[in-house]
Amino acid sequence: MHELSVCLALIDQVEKVAQSHHATSVDLVVLQIGPLSGVEASLLKHAFPLAVAGTLAEKSVLEIELLSIKVHCMSCGKDSDAVINRLVCGHCGDYKTQLISGDELLLKRVGLVGIEEAENQGVAHV
Amino acid sequence: MCDTCGCNVTSGNQHLVQPGGALSHTSDGSVAIEVLTNLLSENDKIAAHNRQHFDAQGVLVMNLMSSPGSGKTALLEVMAQQLKGRLKIAVIEGDLETENDAQRIRQQGVQAIQIVTGTACHLDAHMVHTELHKMDLKDIDVVFIENVGNLVCPASFDLGHHINVALLSVTEGDDKPEKYPVMFRAADQVVISKTDLLPYLEDFSPDKAILHIRELANDAPVLQVSVKNAESVEAWIDWVISEVAMQKQRLLDGVDIKTKTQSDGVLLHEHG
Repeated sequence: MHELSVCLALIDQVEKVAQSHHATSVDLVVLQIGPLSGVEASLLKHAFPLAVAGTLAEKSVLEIELLSIKVHCMSCGKDSDAVINRLVCGHCGDYKTQLISGDELLLKRVGLVGIEEAENQGVAHV
Repeated sequence: MCDTCGCNVTSGNQHLVQPGGALSHTSDGSVAIEVLTNLLSENDKIAAHNRQHFDAQGVLVMNLMSSPGSGKTALLEVMAQQLKGRLKIAVIEGDLETENDAQRIRQQGVQAIQIVTGTACHLDAHMVHTELHKMDLKDIDVVFIENVGNLVCPASFDLGHHINVALLSVTEGDDKPEKYPVMFRAADQVVISKTDLLPYLEDFSPDKAILHIRELANDAPVLQVSVKNAESVEAWIDWVISEVAMQKQRLLDGVDIKTKTQSDGVLLHEHG
């Protein structure tokens, strides 16, 4: 339900990365999302075109890497895969586990256009 | 984040974004920059600012989350009546519309501020920050932030609070933690509310609800409360008082606590 506001925060970050590198536009946005982040990847994809309109990322492609849930058992010490509503150890069944992966909501990478030209100009001025 | 100071660059990713860092060139001439920051890092920054403000005043802040109608406001009302000077509380109310809940709290002689979110389905750190400076926190022990009734979105936003409380009323069904794992995994305390109705609801088993919470790897204490049973409300008040004492000690010891809403993925996890 809050995917548009997440998307607007995302574009804000993307634009700042682009501006800090003097890029002319953004052609790629890569996210990492885990099921326990509370954000639905498909809804984020729907919200993305609305959020990028009129920004440096207007023509960018959104790629989402979905990460799986993994837990570390504090009792038996083993790691195992888990599902969103059953985060118990897959080996001994204990619920005293720590999440290793699955709650990510990360901006992983952006593709920037026009960096080299700007950097070359910078060199020419020196 | 701001444009000038580069505060989106963390110690973990600095080497990637600096000139000469690991910038990988793609076939079409654009340059891929590794970022690895949380999408909600702007919210988290304001939340940290809010928490500093609360800590400076020595105030414990609890975020109450639940479905609409699970009895959050009723619990605060009855709590205010039973406190009898043991704690001084203030309340921030979040709703899509109306000032009704803040008025109910004020009638108990408790300072209350209403945030009307319009269409937003959750409170965020910015909204709380805007209201924060309107509050008189002098002599206040606990601020309760009553979030928008919603079992989904509020769990993703750190507000600058210290403790998450999730309410689950018996009329909702004991499988809610299984259906809304993000919310119930983040809870530091779960209150099963409206337990006076249990005799009429054969389907609701508190034990099953607790089992579903444990299956989320959450060992949070679970209280069963009915606002019609003063003794059960006393147990809730006792828990709040003990948390206030623990927070005062943490502040003396210089120990920060933050809630489980924030994803520390960047620091905790390694991804290729």
